[in-house]
Amino acid sequence: MTEATLATAPAHKEVSVETPAQRLVRKFVANRIALGGLAVFLAIALAAVLAPLIAPQNPYDLAGLDIMDGAIPPGGEAFSGGTYVLGTDEQGRDMLSAILYGLRISIGVGVGSTVIALAIGLAMGLFAAYSGGWRDALVMRLVDLQLGFPPILIALILLAILGRGVDKVMIALVALQWAYYARTVRGNALVERRKEYIEAARCLGLPYARIVFGHLMPNCLPPLIVVATMQVAHAIALEATLSFLGVGVPVTEPSLGMLIANGFDFMMSGRYWVSFFPGVTLLVTVVSINLVGDHLRDILNPRLQK
Amino acid sequence: MGYVINRLMQGLMVIAVMAVLVFVGVYAIGNPVDMLISPEADQAEIEATIIRMGLDKPLWEQFLGFVGGALRGDLGTSFMYNEPAVRLILARFPATLELALAAILMAVAVGIPLGVIAGLRPNGVVGRSIMTVSILGFSLPTFWVGMMFIMVFAVSLGWLPSTGRGETVEVLGVRWSFLTANGLSHLFLPALNLALFKTSLVIRLARAGTREVITQDYIKFARAKGLSETRVILVHMLKNMMIPVVTVLGLEFGSVVAFAVVTETVFAWPGIGKLLISSIVHLDRPVIVAYLMLTVLLFVTINFVVDLIYAILDPRVRRKEAA
Repeated sequence: MTEATLATAPAHKEVSVETPAQRLVRKFVANRIALGGLAVFLAIALAAVLAPLIAPQNPYDLAGLDIMDGAIPPGGEAFSGGTYVLGTDEQGRDMLSAILYGLRISIGVGVGSTVIALAIGLAMGLFAAYSGGWRDALVMRLVDLQLGFPPILIALILLAILGRGVDKVMIALVALQWAYYARTVRGNALVERRKEYIEAARCLGLPYARIVFGHLMPNCLPPLIVVATMQVAHAIALEATLSFLGVGVPVTEPSLGMLIANGFDFMMSGRYWVSFFPGVTLLVTVVSINLVGDHLRDILNPRLQK
Repeated sequence: MGYVINRLMQGLMVIAVMAVLVFVGVYAIGNPVDMLISPEADQAEIEATIIRMGLDKPLWEQFLGFVGGALRGDLGTSFMYNEPAVRLILARFPATLELALAAILMAVAVGIPLGVIAGLRPNGVVGRSIMTVSILGFSLPTFWVGMMFIMVFAVSLGWLPSTGRGETVEVLGVRWSFLTANGLSHLFLPALNLALFKTSLVIRLARAGTREVITQDYIKFARAKGLSETRVILVHMLKNMMIPVVTVLGLEFGSVVAFAVVTETVFAWPGIGKLLISSIVHLDRPVIVAYLMLTVLLFVTINFVVDLIYAILDPRVRRKEAA
């Protein structure tokens, strides 16, 4: 109890000089589970970025693979000496290295598509809310049409048309996600545009673009952060699903989903590790992001703020 | 009546828009000749097929032909099976329907009690644990969980089969698995797998519904009358919180069918989802088009029916639309 009062007391003193961003950080840090989620995700992301440096072998350098080391269980001794912590697949590929490299593709696709979709959705949402009239109606009907169908179905349609590839998966994920942002931004922008600071900006005769991007946009961002965090997790999971189904990334650039799919056949013969560890990695990544997003939503929800 | 017509027109619009998108996507992007004709065909065969399929005609004429065929229920013939695509899909639909219904049943059977418990004690240890588990349900990748099911229950323990539908019984001219013991054992794991995600959703809906209903006067009155807590929960509360749950599940049915693609692939369940994936992999375009158009039809129909039920139940919806 005393610990809690001590923790909040100095914060109360600073309230007058605390910026919204500082308040956000303080509230976020106060929740251990969310902080833990963030720490886990950052560790995973760091491991993915540093994969070429920390991975025991380059899993795509075929010359470095030894077929004699194929299908070694986790912790098993290699034929050529050394141990494989997470075992190897049929070709003698170290699973730990394959996972680290796979993470790069999974996280890259997830974060990359989210950022692009965020930019498109933001622009479309602001445009719809600020123009109003038939332009607004057109954009929103498109959003309704798209959100009326499950994401996996739309992704399958697009990939059936476009074919396989990392870029194609990203296009599909962007096409899926923009509608969520557009809807969120529009709802928020409709409220914000009636506020006095927008009126003041208009009275000053500021140009259209400056009002929209300089004044309206920054005030529409907070709820988008929550949606975007959750969408990164969705995008990573969906990419894995699509790759598992064989319509996502190509075999030459295996993401976590691809690794899991590759191990599917070996699982029947009891060699679980080829699928199991990439799956656990995927799960931990998605859960850690969801924990962060869930807590961010609580912090940023005005109804829950005192 | 004006409302019904309005909704019907909207539904038809969606179908029309999707027809254009699907047509443009499948027939206009890329070279349709490569996609529609098997690579082994020689030059004479290719030319014959182009003329037979009307690929030498202008695009708008091809589109009219596509629409005309679609209205007659003809969406082309599969290259793989050499059968009309629509018949191919309809033949596999009962398997998917059976799987989807079993999954929804499981989600309700597990999700409602857990959601009610979480709603009755939102701050208790049990309530919080249930909500944390439901976040996990949203995060777990369906296909991986399905594989883990196979690993544990089929490979390690050997309790349940992991592929196919098992024995089926023909009722009303359609084969069903759930009527035989062997079929049921085949159905269990895929249905459980497909149910996972929806169970989390049902838990959340039931929890929110319980928390809302619990503050109502009729619950207080029922308690004041001295009714047992079991009766208050089972009769008064459950009845009222089921309305949003049933609505959302009705709307979610289409998404369960779409998501069955993943489960069917993992468990080799011979439904329409597995057919779609193999058609995409083998570039069997007519089947893809037929799947998409039939799914769109299914979605539009579900939305239309839900809208209609809403309007019947709630007069405000009708008046708002009329105004």
